[in-house]
Amino acid sequence: MKTFANSNARDFQQAVALVQQTRQQGRAASLVGGGSDLLGLVKERIVNPDVLVNLKTIRGLDQVRPSNGGVNIGGLITLDTLSRNDVIRRQYSVLAEAAETVATPQIRNVGTLAGNVCQRPWCWYFRNGFPCYKNGGNTCFSFGGENQFHAIFGGGPSYIVHPSDTAVALLALDAKFRIVGPSGERVLPAAEFFALPQQNPARENVLAADEALAEVQIPALRAGTRSTYHKIMDREAWTHAVVSAAMVLEMDKQVCRSARVVLGGVAPIPWRLPKVEQMLSGERITEALAAKAAEAALEGAKPLAKNAYKVPLTKGVVRRTLVELAARG
Amino acid sequence: MKPLGKNGRKKLEKVHIRLRVNGEETEVAFAPHKTLLEVLREDLRLTGTKHGCELGECGCCAVLVDGRPVLSCLALGVAMEGHEITTVEGMAVGTELHPLQQTFAELGAAQCGYCTPGILLTAKALLETNSRPSRDEIKEALAGNLCRCTGYIKILEAVELAAARMAGGQAEPAKETIYGWE
Repeated sequence: MKTFANSNARDFQQAVALVQQTRQQGRAASLVGGGSDLLGLVKERIVNPDVLVNLKTIRGLDQVRPSNGGVNIGGLITLDTLSRNDVIRRQYSVLAEAAETVATPQIRNVGTLAGNVCQRPWCWYFRNGFPCYKNGGNTCFSFGGENQFHAIFGGGPSYIVHPSDTAVALLALDAKFRIVGPSGERVLPAAEFFALPQQNPARENVLAADEALAEVQIPALRAGTRSTYHKIMDREAWTHAVVSAAMVLEMDKQVCRSARVVLGGVAPIPWRLPKVEQMLSGERITEALAAKAAEAALEGAKPLAKNAYKVPLTKGVVRRTLVELAARG
Repeated sequence: MKPLGKNGRKKLEKVHIRLRVNGEETEVAFAPHKTLLEVLREDLRLTGTKHGCELGECGCCAVLVDGRPVLSCLALGVAMEGHEITTVEGMAVGTELHPLQQTFAELGAAQCGYCTPGILLTAKALLETNSRPSRDEIKEALAGNLCRCTGYIKILEAVELAAARMAGGQAEPAKETIYGWE
């Protein structure tokens, strides 16, 4: 592995200041939480830091705390702790379910929520060091190459899919992200945090190099709200979603008052389906409506040469998840 | 300027860290970019922990940090100060094997043995939080540990047998596990 120095941060302000200072000296710095994504990238020489700024020494940002009827979740909480948290399991089951599908138990014991949301794509061209957009080049090799697992929505000029399960759940929960940078803090809705490649093909979100995702804020849910995460993988464990769906339905007996429906594994960002949400609101969710919603969900999909299978697969996921969630009492 | 080493390259500044490994406190000096796996094997000479894929894919390097399984290839040694680390060397008590080690040996749940330390430790952590896990729970707990020899069945049976013995009972592995196919 490339050699680097380690610097333990006391708080986020100090951490981002350290990153800024290091960069001003012409050296590279990376923020590290659990490290399971970053160390892999360093070993593959895709990221080459001179200094690692360790965030795990910051205290207090690994908790779930109630706030205005909702919850604030520290970015440094591990995925395992998050998925076992009682409040999250009871009220925000979509997030608990998403967190427990990530990778393996060993990685969930270390990997953090912020790290999962900010992890880099797992496109094989990027991870194998091809000079693609994500590695600072100006090509997407998947477009004319091996694109079995790539985007059917929102692609171009890069066709990666966003790899995070929890990001899909957080967008469905209308979460906000508290971001710390050298000149202060900002709070962004999840919808404005993730960025399509047409905005900047090298990155997946709007975080600057010296900014960090410190906390996730989830608003209160209305009574009668239920939610779930449904993840399809090409094997039973230890992989990313081929397709996934996060759904949050506010139900009044059999009638859906409002819905938030977000797909994972199909686009370079968590892919929200506003048209489907409108179709569902005020309606009784029947098999027929779910089938119609599934058709609408795939409108505008542009599969690549080797991933057209994702179109019927995604339809099935939308239809089944809707029917199953509506039937839950 | 940093002093130059014998080969003319800049010498790396080492960190001095106190680690607790298998119940023993020890002070180690190592370069800050070393993974826990490298510190264990190279600096502490605890070579029971195996070096597999190096990227978190195989689970060979799993050790326990504060009782929970963690991939030592994706953890930095510097991050381990103040934590309790258990490696496979810490499983036996004196000459008495841990029940899992015993059942893995009895049932032939290891062939080449390379994945075994990571599996033993991950299973140990499971049994400490769930003393009689179902087969599905064992599979889920071991989902991050690859074995290319056994086909996993004997591993699952060995964990079940150890769980039964630790709870003071018995479990009946499939006959062919012990005697082979007729």
